[in-house]
Amino acid sequence: MPIAYTEIQETIRMVQMEHLDVRTVTMGISLRDCIDSDFDTLKTNVFHKVTTYAKNLVTVAEQVAEEYGVPIINKRVAISPVAELLGNATVEQAVELAKTLDEAAKKVQIDFIGGYSALVHKGISKGDQILLDALPQALSETERVCASISVGTTRTGINMDAVKQMGEIIKATAELTKDNNSIGCAKLVVFCNPVEDNPFMAGAFHGAGEGEVVLSVGVSGPGVVLHALKRYPDADLGEVAEVIKKTAFKITRAGEFIGRVVAERLEVPFGIMDLSLAPTNAMNDSVAEILEEIGLECVGTHGTIAALALMNDAVKKGGAMASSYVGGLSGAFIPVSEDNGMIRGIEQGALTLPKLEAMTCVCSVGLDMIAIDGNASSHTLSAIIADEAAIGMINKKTTAVRIIPVVGKESGEVVEFGGLLGRAPIIGVNPYHSDKFIQRGGRIPAPIQALTN
Amino acid sequence: MRAVVSVIGKDQVGIIAKVTTVLSENHVNISDISQTILQDFFTMMMLIDIDDIKKLAQLKQAFEPVEKELGLKISIQREEIFQAMHRV
Repeated sequence: MPIAYTEIQETIRMVQMEHLDVRTVTMGISLRDCIDSDFDTLKTNVFHKVTTYAKNLVTVAEQVAEEYGVPIINKRVAISPVAELLGNATVEQAVELAKTLDEAAKKVQIDFIGGYSALVHKGISKGDQILLDALPQALSETERVCASISVGTTRTGINMDAVKQMGEIIKATAELTKDNNSIGCAKLVVFCNPVEDNPFMAGAFHGAGEGEVVLSVGVSGPGVVLHALKRYPDADLGEVAEVIKKTAFKITRAGEFIGRVVAERLEVPFGIMDLSLAPTNAMNDSVAEILEEIGLECVGTHGTIAALALMNDAVKKGGAMASSYVGGLSGAFIPVSEDNGMIRGIEQGALTLPKLEAMTCVCSVGLDMIAIDGNASSHTLSAIIADEAAIGMINKKTTAVRIIPVVGKESGEVVEFGGLLGRAPIIGVNPYHSDKFIQRGGRIPAPIQALTN
Repeated sequence: MRAVVSVIGKDQVGIIAKVTTVLSENHVNISDISQTILQDFFTMMMLIDIDDIKKLAQLKQAFEPVEKELGLKISIQREEIFQAMHRV
């Protein structure tokens, strides 16, 4: 059947007025064969491999975007968890490797490279500990390297020794980057149930079950969903879900198509399509505004969780049919600093940290890009991570924490991160401490949900 | 290979003439064409045949002066994206 002009108009409207774009094409690269007993050789191998495989990523992505008229905003690389390469390294060498990755990212002109990561949800190996010890320095001395640490899974429980360390690491990173609003913490994600094929930063890494090289895609489109809903102001919630579903279907089809073309031209297998609705600070490109369009006066008020659950589920239903391989995080993101509606919610006092935590029960992913009082103790940060990891562990879903304790700023102030990372009002934390709980250490055992065999 | 040229802008004399002149100068055949006026805005869509992918960039460049002169937004996209989005 030929395409109708109304359909062509719809696509053009989505791109030009409603911010439809492919948010990211992310190339996953295995670095396991780069290991060498000589660390300099290892570094050279890593640099060479990343810059060879990803050499044409940016040019090809831009060419495809141009031909099909759908912008591809970010081109990125995810690598094997770096801790796997650090078994015999020193902390200094681990920092050097981060710099090598930074150089490689600059060489191939990508804005972020993810995978400075360790999976420590059950225990911490030598290489993992080296990476953890190197994190604050690595994050403060590089620009484009993103790190993620897995501290828990449904299958293993939560490694509270790692959680304790992460509070300290986030605090140290904030201190080392205090001249720049503690921005180092924006490149660090703490996960429970991380996925191996997530294309979105800062939490992307190329998991152990992945192949040599793969191309995965993350679409976007809160703006498109918002505009679609605006056309049905009086629809009941069943119809609202239907509108979101249909819109998500179209967005996903566009994304998958573009992703497949990029993968084919790079001669790399297509990995997965991540169905996440990822907001930006552009006007009307906000997940919070979708919730408000559904009927909330301000995001964060009563009804927020229900509206978010409806939206998140409808996006998945529409997207799942549109893509042959759904993966990654695939749910709505609710970052604070990157979503104008969320920022407004906090400024108006409607959206609070406890409400944000509750929202993470029904959507991907977790507490994301939240600026908190710089005076929060490392134990408090650890406790926030533990809460979030528990939500993920019990609900068999991914949760993550990317919080920025901004040194020198307190609740009520606003911090500007600039660029894609946006700005955020500082949120205060609970004044009561959780020190004893964190100091106990050990592992929270795997929950009964893990016993599925 | 086919592509869709879409032209959006304020309605005025000579839009079709100028846009199609660019196409004929570049030896591009138009296989379908439609135009409407939506709230004072002129929108035209054309389906064109292209033999060489490099022509897309060439055409984009050639359209630039027309876009400036008439205050139009002209975009060219390969047809498959519409198929992907609107057909199962």
